[in-house]
Amino acid sequence: MTDKAKIEAVGKPEPSSARLITTLGIAGLMAGILLAGVNLYTRPMIKENRAMALQNAIFKVLPGCVEYVPLVMQQGELVEWISEGIDEEISPTIFAGYDSTNVLLGIAVVGEEPGFQDIISGIFGYNPTEKLIVGFEVLESKETPGLGDKIIKDPAFRENFTALAVEPRITTVKEGQKNNPHEVEMITGATISSRTVVKLINKALGTTKEAMEEFAISKQESDGGE
Amino acid sequence: MAVNSDLSKNKLIEEFLKGLWTENPVFVMVLGMCPVLAVSNTAINSLAMGLATMFVLVFSSFLVSIFRKLIPAPVRITTFIIIIATFVTVVDMLLAAHLPVIHKELGAFISLIVVNCVILGRQEAFASKNPPINALSDALGVSVGFVFALFCLGSVREILGNGSFFGIPLFGSNFEPWIVMILPPGGFFALGFILLFFNQIRERKKGAREKNGSGASWKQSRYTTEYITENEHGISD
Repeated sequence: MTDKAKIEAVGKPEPSSARLITTLGIAGLMAGILLAGVNLYTRPMIKENRAMALQNAIFKVLPGCVEYVPLVMQQGELVEWISEGIDEEISPTIFAGYDSTNVLLGIAVVGEEPGFQDIISGIFGYNPTEKLIVGFEVLESKETPGLGDKIIKDPAFRENFTALAVEPRITTVKEGQKNNPHEVEMITGATISSRTVVKLINKALGTTKEAMEEFAISKQESDGGE
Repeated sequence: MAVNSDLSKNKLIEEFLKGLWTENPVFVMVLGMCPVLAVSNTAINSLAMGLATMFVLVFSSFLVSIFRKLIPAPVRITTFIIIIATFVTVVDMLLAAHLPVIHKELGAFISLIVVNCVILGRQEAFASKNPPINALSDALGVSVGFVFALFCLGSVREILGNGSFFGIPLFGSNFEPWIVMILPPGGFFALGFILLFFNQIRERKKGAREKNGSGASWKQSRYTTEYITENEHGISD
């Protein structure tokens, strides 16, 4: 650096606070406009992709399911969802899954719970007749790559949810210490994420379990009546 | 006039090649290691991550260079981050809309492009001190270098760890995949060997140049000049 340049650098006045605030304000405004535009363009597609992912997840957590009907909780009872007159922004979170002979296989429930990084959203399949969890899939998670995100793919962890008893209550145990059908073996290095999955299921069951069992009984009765 | 245009054309090519090879962000500068090691377990993931980074780097560098004289020095880093974060969010939304499977595979790493030091580094060291065309050429060179490095790593890891390339099986059923290669330690192994390979090539070239005489000293003086020019700008900004 030449002496002249050094003198110029030192002699340069500090920009005013107003100029700094204006610069950041304009940058933020431009960023906001661009993001709003891209959001308008991508939102319908993202919504459609999510619906497709949810549909695939329902078929996975309820093995043998070929058709499903969204349900809604009304005065403590589960009734079939009628979309007319209901705000489109509210999405159903409970689905009754049926096999090819229209027999109720189980109910898929979407739940959310704060994980290690962000909210974990998942769906589980519940068989109200046998009182068993028959499947679990993560819908959205931003857990630590390589650690917490094992809840999505780890085959041993997923195995926990193929025939998991829900009574007296689902609990977590360390890897290799499972002795009871209501216990879930946590993943080493992903303890918080594993616990979150169990919390998510317990929380969702807490509000829907009885209603799901009543729904299954009423379905069986109506099928028998036919 | 023609000489000037040839010179500037040469300069642009030089800027491009610099990022691609002599100053490759991964193989030479060893920057942005977090995504390099984490998402390079398959060729397709590496390519998607590389292209997402390229999109962010090219657009950010171009914008930073256009507005370089309007951004006051005390808030320049904050402004660069706003610009980078905006493009990262754009690429995140576009991937979620058009390539949901890849978006799910890359997960949190797309958002983490914001803190990739390769991107902020190019804004601070180059784009904020050079005209848009040069900044674009530099950004393209660095990003193609980054994509190339990620792709090399992803290909090696997928071929050895999965026995496939872009999901297409390469070997018969007798091949036993080296599972470790698609796990985190495999990233370190593969990167270590690739760095060894490229350093070997560089050393050989250096040896050949020294044998031939003045080539090396010319390159040395070019980089020294460039460094001084950048430093001067850094302080006067």
